[in-house]
Amino acid sequence: MSIAEMARAASGTTRGGAAERAAGARPAIRWLLLAVGLTAALAMPWVMYPPIAFDIACFALLAVSVDLLLGYTGLLSFGHAAFWGTAAYTATLVSLQTGAPFPLAVLAGMVAAAVLSVPIGYLAVKRTGIYFAMVTLAFAQMIFFLANQWRSVTGGENGLVGPARELFNMDLSDPFFFYYAGLPFILLGLLAAWRVVRSPFGRVLVAIRDNPSRARALGYPVHQYKLGVFVISASLAGLAGGLFAISHGFASLQEVYWTTSGKAVMIVVLGGMGTLWGSVIGAYLVVQLEYFLSDAGFEEIGIVTGSIFVLVVLLFRRGIWGTARHTLEKLQRRRE
Amino acid sequence: MPDSAEAADIPQAVLAAPAALTARGLAKQFRGFRAVDGVDLSVAEGSVHALVGPNGAGKTTLFNLLSGFIAPSAGQILLGDRDITGLAPEQIARLGVARSFQITNLFPMLTAREHVELALAGRAGQGFMFWRSDRLLIEHADRAEELLASVGLEHAATVPADTLPYGQKRALELALALALDPKVLLLDEPTAGMGAEDVDRTVELIGRVRAGRTVVLVEHNMNVVASLADRVTVLQLGQVLIEGEYAEVRDDPQVVAAYLGEPDAAH
Ligand SMILES: Nc1ncnc2c1ncn2[C@@H]1O[C@H](COP(=O)(O)OP(=O)(O)OP(=O)(O)O)[C@@H](O)[C@H]1O
Ligand SMILES: [Mg+2]
Repeated sequence: MSIAEMARAASGTTRGGAAERAAGARPAIRWLLLAVGLTAALAMPWVMYPPIAFDIACFALLAVSVDLLLGYTGLLSFGHAAFWGTAAYTATLVSLQTGAPFPLAVLAGMVAAAVLSVPIGYLAVKRTGIYFAMVTLAFAQMIFFLANQWRSVTGGENGLVGPARELFNMDLSDPFFFYYAGLPFILLGLLAAWRVVRSPFGRVLVAIRDNPSRARALGYPVHQYKLGVFVISASLAGLAGGLFAISHGFASLQEVYWTTSGKAVMIVVLGGMGTLWGSVIGAYLVVQLEYFLSDAGFEEIGIVTGSIFVLVVLLFRRGIWGTARHTLEKLQRRRE
Repeated sequence: MPDSAEAADIPQAVLAAPAALTARGLAKQFRGFRAVDGVDLSVAEGSVHALVGPNGAGKTTLFNLLSGFIAPSAGQILLGDRDITGLAPEQIARLGVARSFQITNLFPMLTAREHVELALAGRAGQGFMFWRSDRLLIEHADRAEELLASVGLEHAATVPADTLPYGQKRALELALALALDPKVLLLDEPTAGMGAEDVDRTVELIGRVRAGRTVVLVEHNMNVVASLADRVTVLQLGQVLIEGEYAEVRDDPQVVAAYLGEPDAAH
């Protein structure tokens, strides 16, 4: 099966197109989910270590950005660390150099990621399948190499320590408070992704995923659409990466390392491609598990998360959210 | 001009009309094999022009060339006076050339209505609107409804395309091409595999939508060709065997020979 076919199989038929909604696709459940999700997001720093809560939020947005490509367009990016990391360095540098309030620093990081994504996307969208993944990975490795070499700017292996967090003279160095300062930006990013998916543009993306040559016959310039969603995706990854760095007060080589790209893809596939909610749930599980393992003194975290990943994918090829939804739909159809 | 030699055979009305689509010396080689081998074709504006020929004659390959899906090895394609050789399929589509596919080529997860909406949204320039809700596409509901009804799919509008029976997929294929409201319509065996009733409806539909358009039709069913086509071009081994009106082409000994052993010729 090709990557696009896997994404199509995972995302299921009811993607909430206007026609299906007109046919009555349970808006009540959608609102309920949203309420539960928002409540959970607001409650997280009360029930867990706040920096971890914010990591979850950042990785949720990163994974959602990857899912825009993987689940909705059928493009596997294995290089989103480039955008996340570039934004992390840029945001940290901008706040160091200018003392700008953190939202502006994050915005600068997002813009840097978007600008970087234009040439990378331009070259990558000419390839499909595993070749697309390889092009994105290759560029991300180049960015890693640059970050590693350019010590005067990035601090090399030592990383780059940012200034104290504050906003309009409000001290945000307490991660508990920073969580609530940063969360609205994460939510805005998630909202943007949701809007893209449920837009005329999102419809075209799914059409391109499922049958690119037919989309061309309908007059859609497929490369331009792929580049468009690539830039949107990279911007959201940048938003997440910038916030992540500000929240840690630190940008390191880890941010541009390929394992970060891999982690994002793993979260998406684990949660369920082409579902958005799946990425959010996946981010919670993976980040929480990693934290739990490292807290318990585990050395080889990657092996454990990797094994769980393989197991879940073998058992539920639609991912956690995709499988749950599919099962619910089947039950519902049987009842009718 | 390639077709000047045949000018004497062309009826006055068609002769007077300029060419909507022209191929000059069009050729396509696949690893040395000439699937289309120097085809000259002039499709008069407003006409229905049938392309017939035995299996493997190169009809679909010619469509792929005309619609930009494959690049020609040699030759030129004109849309009106404009040279469209080498343009991408989406560019040719946006210049007003729509095609349907012989092998059903749809979006398996989209419903029939979403298919048509997708085509209509593209025409309306809404495809890039990532900041709008896809409820925007409801504005196409009436037109979508109308198009689906015209191909007999009004009852199948809300089921995913891959669950439709074969004949309805063919009908959707046609609706999708019509949704683009093209100047030139390239139809590759629109009635293939349809039951008699659906064939009749499709013939009637093409007869209706041809108004104000130019239609190029690949068709094995000779009844369909007889009732729709103003001109018929017979292809064989990638070359034009003969061109003329249906009656003259049908009785041509060369054509009879080309179709010998071809079961569809019995239609
Ligand atoms: N992509 C390709 N690569 C190699 N050969 C091809 C390709 N496409 C078509 N051909 C060959 O070119 C010839 C013409 O094929 P084409 O599909 O154009 O015929 P056709 O006239 O449409 O036939 P049919 O009536 O069966 O649809 C065939 O011999 C076919 O095998
Ligand atoms: Mg054919």
